[in-house]
Amino acid sequence: MTEAATKKPSQPAQHARDNAAATGPASRDAAATEGSRPVSTRAPSSIDVYKEDFKRQSPAPDWLQSLRRQGITRFEALGYPTTKNEDWHFTSVAPIAERTFRLATLESSEGVARDSADRREISRRKNDSLNSAGIKRADLDRFRFGETAWHTLVFVNGTYSEDLSSHAALGDKVSVSSLARAIESGTPTVERNLGRIASFEQHTFTALNTAFISDGAFIELRNDAIVDQPIHLLFISDGDGVSHPRNLIVAGRHSRAVIVETYVSLRDSGYFTNAVTEISVGEGAHVDHYKIQRESETAFHVGTVQIREERDSQLHSFSFAVGGSLARTNIYTSLDGDAATCTLNGLYLTDGNQHIDNQTIIEHIAPNCPSHEVYKGVLDGRSHGVFNGKVYVHPEAQKTDGKQSNNNLLLSPTARVDTKPQLEIFADDVKCTHGATVGRLDELAMFYLNSRGIGRETARTLLTYAFAADVLETIELESLKKALEQMVLVRFAGDRPE
Amino acid sequence: MLEINDLHAGIGDREILRGITLRVNAGEVHAVMGPNGSGKSTLAQVLAGNPSYEVTKGSIRYNGQDLLAMDPEVRAQNGIFLAFQYPVEIPGVSIAYFLRSAYNEIRKANGREEVDPLEFLDLVQDRLKLVDMDESMLSRSVNQGFSGGEKKRNEIFQMAVLSPRLAILDETDSGLDIDALRIVAEGVNKLRSPENATIVVTHYQRLLNYIIPDYVHVIANGRIVKSGGKELALQLEEKGYDWLQDDSVSAGAIA
Repeated sequence: MTEAATKKPSQPAQHARDNAAATGPASRDAAATEGSRPVSTRAPSSIDVYKEDFKRQSPAPDWLQSLRRQGITRFEALGYPTTKNEDWHFTSVAPIAERTFRLATLESSEGVARDSADRREISRRKNDSLNSAGIKRADLDRFRFGETAWHTLVFVNGTYSEDLSSHAALGDKVSVSSLARAIESGTPTVERNLGRIASFEQHTFTALNTAFISDGAFIELRNDAIVDQPIHLLFISDGDGVSHPRNLIVAGRHSRAVIVETYVSLRDSGYFTNAVTEISVGEGAHVDHYKIQRESETAFHVGTVQIREERDSQLHSFSFAVGGSLARTNIYTSLDGDAATCTLNGLYLTDGNQHIDNQTIIEHIAPNCPSHEVYKGVLDGRSHGVFNGKVYVHPEAQKTDGKQSNNNLLLSPTARVDTKPQLEIFADDVKCTHGATVGRLDELAMFYLNSRGIGRETARTLLTYAFAADVLETIELESLKKALEQMVLVRFAGDRPE
Repeated sequence: MLEINDLHAGIGDREILRGITLRVNAGEVHAVMGPNGSGKSTLAQVLAGNPSYEVTKGSIRYNGQDLLAMDPEVRAQNGIFLAFQYPVEIPGVSIAYFLRSAYNEIRKANGREEVDPLEFLDLVQDRLKLVDMDESMLSRSVNQGFSGGEKKRNEIFQMAVLSPRLAILDETDSGLDIDALRIVAEGVNKLRSPENATIVVTHYQRLLNYIIPDYVHVIANGRIVKSGGKELALQLEEKGYDWLQDDSVSAGAIA
């Protein structure tokens, strides 16, 4: 058995428990010497392209134009994070930094109405060309988890498509529309909240997204609004451009909603999705958020979900990441009000040369808040997984109850994972635990299954599925859970060299 | 059915079996007894094909075929079943799913149609009764959180469902109270037939009050040092193992 892929060669399972400072990476050199990816600093050429496209994007109201400008300024100042940046220690963004991605919305209208201010005209033409390119509603069925009745907003390369979307009756306390339309119609909630939850002071990609805010989903739940049916935001990408979807979800007092955010492509292509979702969970409100990242194999994905929770609110987040050649998901939540709760769960499956990074940050600002987190990873081939979970307990956040765990299963000797759970506590009356494990398939369990007539391939699939089962079990949307379970079974089935 | 010839096997450099020769015919029950560390569990594991053990010498023929050339799943598909001394816990996989997968894999390998979950549920009903297990057990994760007795009964239940031609019970009696022991033994007895054979590996004679063997073999230091009828087991119960140890190495010297 080759253990070169793990951080500690002599230990297949790495246990880290209750030792925030010492749980860090075993070796700082490992990441630098590991891959062939060079450690990059800045790639001026791609930044210049963003700056150029920034000037060419369609105009916006003054408040938004000013927000965009802050975004591009901050993006330029920060540059791309290097692996010296603690938040990007195990992930080199060089593959993104060294490529130039044109703005997908401009690209598709290139030569047609490049300088036209008539966005609707561009959008109409674009939809025409896409329809002629063959995106039909039926093409999207396989991304609907078997649910046809869900209220679904479809976006193609970051732009809302009315043609492909479908609407369900949600009641008059709820507004769901494209962000572009909400901006256009001057919805006050948008101006009040956009850019206020997702901070971009330290986050390059959020700053970049902010510079290009134009479309995405806008969901507003007024006080006491209860939406039983999930709202599905379906992002389809294609080509080799970049899109910056921006979603804003504002859940009023005692409201309830379930939101599914899915990123997919119809065929393999090397585009870049740089998405940001801002969620405000009001007093006593309850939001379930599912992020399903199934980008194309050669695509790039950076997705940030940033949440703010008021008192007595509940947030359940599940992040499923399986696509992209280089993908990063950030789930950041801030427990601002007394007794707010959050559950951040996730599952990442990697294969081939994929690199999938997950970062979570839970800020315990207010007292009496429980936060629970379980992330699991299954890694095969020569892939690389990263988990970094931070829990900050601020001085006022007494009686915090924080539990965090990350478990990884390596299916091949060349797969690798870096896990870094972090706990920083500045209050004295708290209960916090965290732990991480890295293991391989249990050979004894394998033999037990074999001895019952079950061959290695089937046994491997079964054991992998079993490993992921308990975190999938936390998904309350039955159809989504079934669909993800199926994806896990299919992902690691079939012939592959050991 | 089974012919073991001068079998040598071990883990790494450590030789545990040092020349086992044994012949088992259809319809027979053989008891393999011996002190701790004598190699009797190793024999059971080698027969089932545990890859941790390496066979260094000798041969095993099973129904005329070279058993050692078969992967463990192929052995199972050909009718070999090992009831584990320490059944493995598999969290996240229900007994129903696990056992139906096994059942269907074995059927497929023998050119028979697979059964669907409902058919399967039907056909396991009387097998559940055989080992006094409730149907609700089927939805529990394999062996997870089971008591010692439940684990052993689950092994016999699996055996009853998969109906092997050669069953090997590896210390199925250890750690069982008398009631559980009786249930397990009754299960085994009900499955006895002229076409099947059973090898009962045990440390104690007690189990053999319920499962009456045709032959008893005593293993010490990796060799069969004495074979006889069922009365040999009673002698062992009375005198212990020491009088049989031809190599004059005390019991338990080989861990």
